[in-house]
Amino acid sequence: MEIPRHWRLKKQRYALVGEVCPHCEAKIFPPRDVCPECGDEAKTLFEFSGRGEVYSYTTLHNAPAGYQAYAPYTVALVKLEEGPMVTAQLTDIDNQPVEVGMPVEMVTRKLRAEGDDDRGMLVYGYKFRPMELQPLAAAD
Amino acid sequence: MDVVIAGIGQTSVGEHWHVSLRELAFQAIEAARVDAGGLLPQALFVGNMLAPKVSGQAHLGVLIADFAGLRGIEAYTIEAAGASGGAALRAGYLAVKSGFVDVALVVGVEKLTDKVGPEVESAIATSLDSDYEAVQGVTPLAQAAMIMRRYFYEYEVPQNALAGFPVTAHANGVGNSHAMFRKALKPGLYERVGMLSEPLNMFDAAPDADGAAAVLLTRAELIPPDASPTPVRIAGSSIATDTLSLHDRPDPLDFRAARISVGQACHQAGIVIGEMDFFELCDIYSVYAALSLEAAGLAERGQGWVLAEEGQISLKGRIPISTLGGVKARGNPWGATGVYQVVEAVQQLRGEAGVNQVPAAEKALVQCLGGPASTAVTHVLTAL
Ligand SMILES: [Zn+2]
Repeated sequence: MEIPRHWRLKKQRYALVGEVCPHCEAKIFPPRDVCPECGDEAKTLFEFSGRGEVYSYTTLHNAPAGYQAYAPYTVALVKLEEGPMVTAQLTDIDNQPVEVGMPVEMVTRKLRAEGDDDRGMLVYGYKFRPMELQPLAAAD
Repeated sequence: MDVVIAGIGQTSVGEHWHVSLRELAFQAIEAARVDAGGLLPQALFVGNMLAPKVSGQAHLGVLIADFAGLRGIEAYTIEAAGASGGAALRAGYLAVKSGFVDVALVVGVEKLTDKVGPEVESAIATSLDSDYEAVQGVTPLAQAAMIMRRYFYEYEVPQNALAGFPVTAHANGVGNSHAMFRKALKPGLYERVGMLSEPLNMFDAAPDADGAAAVLLTRAELIPPDASPTPVRIAGSSIATDTLSLHDRPDPLDFRAARISVGQACHQAGIVIGEMDFFELCDIYSVYAALSLEAAGLAERGQGWVLAEEGQISLKGRIPISTLGGVKARGNPWGATGVYQVVEAVQQLRGEAGVNQVPAAEKALVQCLGGPASTAVTHVLTAL
């Protein structure tokens, strides 16, 4: 059980809260307090839109302990529209082939069951699903 | 002042169900000490990645020193994921180079078969960013698969572009009595084998295994002029790091740390990359072999696979790699891999590689990686 750790990370995990650098405007996720672009301090919170596109992906069959119940599952590197990339599972992709460049959006889902069985503390966090298509304007 | 490798030892790589971690390490140490004519080490550097998680055993320095009859000497573990063995060699090199230690013993050891399946997968995944990668159920294999897919996407290479890497490794494994796999791959098998994590197939990944390898380091002047076997010189040594997380890199197909550590090691040795007679690289995943060749400057970006396709990485090619089977065919005892690579390079430089001998091998580049070159350790070895 690692409850304090997951509680500490809940802002990042539930809402993609990162940082914006007050010096060079770089958007930072995960938060790291030092801007990777200019090296200055960056502690201003910034909430990402949750929209991005698939940079690469794969399907995992040999899952680590705690994730076997979900296998096979698809993981991806997602390039957020604000710039940074995140590692995340894809979800709700049953009827759709995944492709590099596919637009996706963030949702909050169960990531794993903490501990050796499902009675342990659950860990929730971001996953990404295919972006809902915008309804086309009626032609007539 | 030259630091030389005076002795080498290794166990076979595979499933050592009946041997404990300490016994495995001891076998390699004994072999290295016999090879070095009984040099007595004053310091022990252990390369290991997984013992605390898989065997419930930390504190390997004293465990192994005590068990190997070296009670009392300086001893501790160096951990840098899959680069632990190379990092331990670096520590031993620095100890001897500094003059504080006359003889250093470096042992890489990994004992995976104390656990099986998902438990091993999660132990290996602790080398990723726990908060932002591993929590998503990602493993090093999945990362490699994502890198491979992006490599194929960006460079538009043929579906079987990477086949030459496992084919070469397996061909070379046949002649290595310590290798886990000693059978050549049948032509056409690569294209038919099952997927592990699309597009990465069973031949694109090295098998996890138990194993231990050891080297003894000392100063050149402490070795008698007529010593046999001939010592091998560590001419260059470098470690570089990148971001821990793959997603934090501006270009995940650029193995930046590998590139930097090759540059530094070659510069220190005064040897340009084109002069290397062979390159023991990290072919844990075939796409990593391609990216390592590119990072070293032996191929243009997106062209590393062509060296394999054209046979230039085979024993008689322009730049032989994985000369005794590589990680792919010898097997991958994670934290020990970096020491195995050095042991094999020494075999080549001594002219003791048998049917796998690289002709006139005098200069070797040796590189191990932790994660997707999150850590890269590079050594240049030369025949004295
Ligand atoms: Zn900045």
